[in-house]
Amino acid sequence: MKLNSFANLLVFSLIAAMAVTGCKKKTGYVTPLPPGSSAPVADAKPTPAMPLSQDPGATGGTGLTSEQLKDLEKSGSTQNPVGKHDGWPQDRETLKTSKVYFAFDSSAVRTGERAKLQTVADYLKANAEKALLIEGHCDERGTEQYNLSLGERRAVSLREELIKLGIDPTRLDTITFGESRPEVVGHDESAWKQNRRGEFVVLSPK
Amino acid sequence: MNYTEKMSNFLLVILAGMAPWAASAQIRITQDVMPGGTRPLLVSMSGFTGEAAQVIQFDLFVQGFAFTNAEAAQYQLTGSNTENLQGRAMDRVADKSLVAKAYSGASLRRQAHTFVDDFLQSLSRMGLGNSKIAYRALAGQNGEIWVADFDGFGSTQVTKDNAFVTSPTWVPHKTALYYTSYKMGNPSIFHHDLLTGARTAFARYGGSSLSPAVSPDGSRVAMILSKDGWPDLYVGSTSGGEVKRLTRSREDESGPCWSPDGKWICFAAKVNERRSLCKISAEGGEIQRIPTSGVLNPTEPDWSPDGKWIVFTAMMGGFEICVVPASGGQVTQLVAGEDPSWGPNSRTVVFTRRQGSSRSLSLLDVPTKQVKDVSRIPGNSNSQPSWAK
Repeated sequence: MKLNSFANLLVFSLIAAMAVTGCKKKTGYVTPLPPGSSAPVADAKPTPAMPLSQDPGATGGTGLTSEQLKDLEKSGSTQNPVGKHDGWPQDRETLKTSKVYFAFDSSAVRTGERAKLQTVADYLKANAEKALLIEGHCDERGTEQYNLSLGERRAVSLREELIKLGIDPTRLDTITFGESRPEVVGHDESAWKQNRRGEFVVLSPK
Repeated sequence: MNYTEKMSNFLLVILAGMAPWAASAQIRITQDVMPGGTRPLLVSMSGFTGEAAQVIQFDLFVQGFAFTNAEAAQYQLTGSNTENLQGRAMDRVADKSLVAKAYSGASLRRQAHTFVDDFLQSLSRMGLGNSKIAYRALAGQNGEIWVADFDGFGSTQVTKDNAFVTSPTWVPHKTALYYTSYKMGNPSIFHHDLLTGARTAFARYGGSSLSPAVSPDGSRVAMILSKDGWPDLYVGSTSGGEVKRLTRSREDESGPCWSPDGKWICFAAKVNERRSLCKISAEGGEIQRIPTSGVLNPTEPDWSPDGKWIVFTAMMGGFEICVVPASGGQVTQLVAGEDPSWGPNSRTVVFTRRQGSSRSLSLLDVPTKQVKDVSRIPGNSNSQPSWAK
């Protein structure tokens, strides 16, 4: 119902707008326009319009050969098909002390942070049925578009490192939140350094 | 055949005849949009009151005019707005009447916008009065997409995803948007027809699908996808099918936009450890750097509809709105702000200003550097503006 009335309103706006443009030159007469409205668009049910990636994972299995590692360095490791872990309950607690922090404008994993990745890899090896969502976050010093890409790049960095530690890529999903979910709200380096981070969310089968 | 020959001869004559005019016109236009270094045109206004007067002042200010008294002004606007608006525009220097019109119907706002557009049209300029912007309003950690008149009035909520939604962008010449929504979990790109309300998932892949930008002819979408590993630049047809990967860097590409001829995609990247603006053929090929002398860390480029300029955000401690010739070169820093989007007139830009954690939208007239805030947008944090073209 809401959808219909909004659509009608917009259709009417368009016709009215065309009428304005069309009439202007001839007479200077302006056709009535409906007032601005804040009627929401009803929830549409999105359906995939594009074929989903058919390749479930670049390498599969654990223990990469040196050639596979080289491939990973060269072209990246294909992500899981979308929805593979849809609806798997999220556990943000188990690995919350393993958050990895990044340098400014960087997605490289620093030496001091590597032990945390080993902890995450060990956990995944001990819990073979579980999967992992890797979140990439940024501080507020970048623009939004830049931070969305940088956040994803950070998540992908952590995914690569876990693959190198022997985790099956099909268990590893990434997501970026850019600067939209700061750990600490603040406008100085003490806040920023805690916001440039990767977080690990454990996913359990339904 | 004879006809064709005659036609082409005829065209040649016309083109030859136009050449001197075209050359001088080009020089004039170049002077007109010299970023930041142009003085406003002086205009006076009398007889208008209340909302009509506000609209006329706002519209002209953000298109490079300054108001003064009738004696000092080159252009004189007179009229009245009791119920309906009547308006006259005079060029006092040329002693010529430019516009004399009575308006009726719609709202007084609409009548005032249309009067300003008629005035600008008489100066061979494109008015903005009927143009729209889309933007993102934050509510807590979530954000929803809204559309409004370019001055912020008449805002309408487009999404109600109760999720993080970002990066709205218009389909050229259509009442439709693409944007990124986290509604289904991971960020995916949606197409949203504003006339029917119909929505489809356009790019839904593993990883993150970000920052859509539609080609000027509406046939292709440039975007950042991480489905194959790194966040790279891709292009896909709006009618679906396979997407083409244009970059294969280990770094993060971001914020693509199109050249108005549809041949190039400009984006931000890290090349040899340096953040740069780059362009690549939409068909694929070598990445070319667009030099931005004088500033650091350029991001969020937007190519002007006339093809001449690229406006972008330089990240240098704070954020600076900057403009550079489309081929690269010396940068002009304009004002503090981020995420600029050109208006259809290739001179006014809508952008975001941050104050602490709150964000709001402003308009910038690039030649004169005149800035005015966009009014009456709900919510305390509005950003990610995209101007319909």
